[in-house]
Amino acid sequence: MSHDEFQKHNAKILTPSFVVLLTLTVIGFALIAVRFIWGLGAVSNMSDGYPWGIWITYDVAVGTAIACGGYAMAILIYIRNKMHYHPMIRSAILTSVFGYGLAGFSVMVDVGRPWNSYNFFIPSKWQANSAMFEVALCVMAYTNVLLLEFLPAVLVTLEKTEWRTLQRFMDMLHQRTGIKRPERMDERLDSVKELAAWLKPRLDKVLIFVIVLGITLPTMHQSSLGSLLLIASTKLHPLWHTGFLPLLFLINCMYIGYSIAILESVISSYAFKRPFETRELSGVANIIPWLTVIWLSVVIGDLAWRGQLAAALSFDFYSCFFLLDFSLVAVGSLLLFSGRKRQSVRWLFISAALIVLGGALYRFNVYLIGFNPGKGWHYFPALAELLITVGIVAFEILGYQVLVKILPVLPKLHTREQLDVRQGLAEKA
Amino acid sequence: MAKPSRRQFLKLMGATGAALLVGRGARGTAGASEGHQVNNDTIGMLYDATKCVGCKACMSACKRVNSDYGSLAFEKAKFDSDGLWDAPQDLSGSTRTLIKLFKESDKKWSYVKYSCMHCQKPSCVSVCPVSAMTRDPLTGTVDYNKNTCIGCRYCQVACAFNIPKFQWDKAIPQIVKCDLCKNTNLVKKGITACAETCPTGAIMFGKRKELLAEAKTRLKNDPDRYMDHIYGEKEVGGTNHLYLAAMPFNKLGLPVLKDEAPAEFSEKIQHTIYKGFIAPVALYGTLCFVAIKNMKKEQAAEGKDHKEGHK
Repeated sequence: MSHDEFQKHNAKILTPSFVVLLTLTVIGFALIAVRFIWGLGAVSNMSDGYPWGIWITYDVAVGTAIACGGYAMAILIYIRNKMHYHPMIRSAILTSVFGYGLAGFSVMVDVGRPWNSYNFFIPSKWQANSAMFEVALCVMAYTNVLLLEFLPAVLVTLEKTEWRTLQRFMDMLHQRTGIKRPERMDERLDSVKELAAWLKPRLDKVLIFVIVLGITLPTMHQSSLGSLLLIASTKLHPLWHTGFLPLLFLINCMYIGYSIAILESVISSYAFKRPFETRELSGVANIIPWLTVIWLSVVIGDLAWRGQLAAALSFDFYSCFFLLDFSLVAVGSLLLFSGRKRQSVRWLFISAALIVLGGALYRFNVYLIGFNPGKGWHYFPALAELLITVGIVAFEILGYQVLVKILPVLPKLHTREQLDVRQGLAEKA
Repeated sequence: MAKPSRRQFLKLMGATGAALLVGRGARGTAGASEGHQVNNDTIGMLYDATKCVGCKACMSACKRVNSDYGSLAFEKAKFDSDGLWDAPQDLSGSTRTLIKLFKESDKKWSYVKYSCMHCQKPSCVSVCPVSAMTRDPLTGTVDYNKNTCIGCRYCQVACAFNIPKFQWDKAIPQIVKCDLCKNTNLVKKGITACAETCPTGAIMFGKRKELLAEAKTRLKNDPDRYMDHIYGEKEVGGTNHLYLAAMPFNKLGLPVLKDEAPAEFSEKIQHTIYKGFIAPVALYGTLCFVAIKNMKKEQAAEGKDHKEGHK
């Protein structure tokens, strides 16, 4: 668990993708302002029949599953004792921080009376029967745990920083406006550095308890995300409404977590022109089929037990979506059973993408597509509603892009060979 | 090294699965009435669709009495630019109760009144994360408190009758639903505004046992007039708003529902997983044990490498 496993990505922050993402973010946040001034109806197509739309389904249910990379990698590294995957953990945790933070933010946009949220902290208002109560507390706790897990990266940087940007800014401010530097500024900055240096070894000592908490909490709330729909027994289609929803959601978030760790690594290697971590990735890919096989068997076994197999194969609207999510996951994991395909970055990418798509579609099916409140109700997200989600996701990618360039997040390139490849890629570009 | 740890991992997975299976099994054996008792001394209403003439006096009485307290408003029809009539299309963030006409043919038709069913085991109360929805154990009234509500709309997802309505067009919205005039007419006159106003006696207000007895008498005295069913007597564990009608209830927009309350099913699973908070604590403890053991092993291995390197 040494800190020299990680490094900053040395590159410019202001890139074309930065500008595009920033524009999308600004549009999204402007629409969020509209929502707070004129009400939810002004930007969304949600209705009394479909009270949960794309924000809950995508940003919360799917978003937190995609953010389970940190959870899945932590299980692999600390519980299954595969320490050589440790270099992958920081980028996984950073995406989890953004995923969960923004899911929480989306909820605050989505709920009608966010100023009453303090009631979650008042014991007399607690309602343990509600799966929502469990999800809310657990997600809040987990977001803090993730921040703690990421803190070492910040502390290491603080310890070594010389505050160049701040110094330059203060100089510029002095030249332009004549404002003097605050006295004792350097002294104070030094004390921040000292504090970071003091805190880091102490945090390292207790970090393992935080990390394990970071495994326990997602196990709880990811299953509860499934429990949320248990009560909608008359509205959720029988293909998806089952007492096994919590278990299915739990396994679902694990295989999505490992798959997304693969996707992230491949995409960031490609985007940041670093060599692919093929050996680590194929090791991670080895676990996924085991999880998906359990998941697929529970799905089939449960359908058979409830006598819904015929409905699953009837090829009506619901059956088609069911078969689609089922086969995406099945095909993706079939590919991963082949040892040779696991060695190829392309096949790893394709199968991981199929599994993430299938797993995410499963959550869409449960929250939206399989949900039918009765005659006369229809839902398709409004443009503004979609743009808010796009803005939030853009902000997430933007933050990741910037933070890997100012904090040591990505795995350090070790061998001469890896460094040469990086050099070659950079020259080509 | 890999094999035992995979086994440990699968064991954990198995434990979670087993916990869920227990929940599942418990559901199979439990009857509809097990777990919650129907309290027939609570208050409610009996709506007799065969007596209703569709005058909508109940609707206007409801708005007159509850508009300030319940945040109700008049809804204009499209053709009515002057706003002469209150013309809600459906229950909404401005309307708590509504009369609709179902017409199958010129001779076969029926009015129907929609409002909160005041379930004996309400889903909305079971799912509300901050106890903004409550059921008064004495009166059986399902009430909403906007000062605690966070506006998550889980109650809307959960309600099998689609009763709670949200104010989509307001910056400061709230949920709107019938509270049996708990803070208005009931306090002043001891009866709900709609039942007080109804000129034909189609809405009867009283204790659930009296309403049930009256409904049964009517069914017995005039069997040709009614469908032989009291809607709400058994549905979702019993409701305090009961219906009699001459036409099948699902045609009138009242869904066909099981006798078991959906909240019984979901709570049983949730309680099995989280009973006494033992499972999460045990999970945390086990994981801590495994993780620390792994870390020590790793440190020992690293130390060894280090020494060998110096040799």
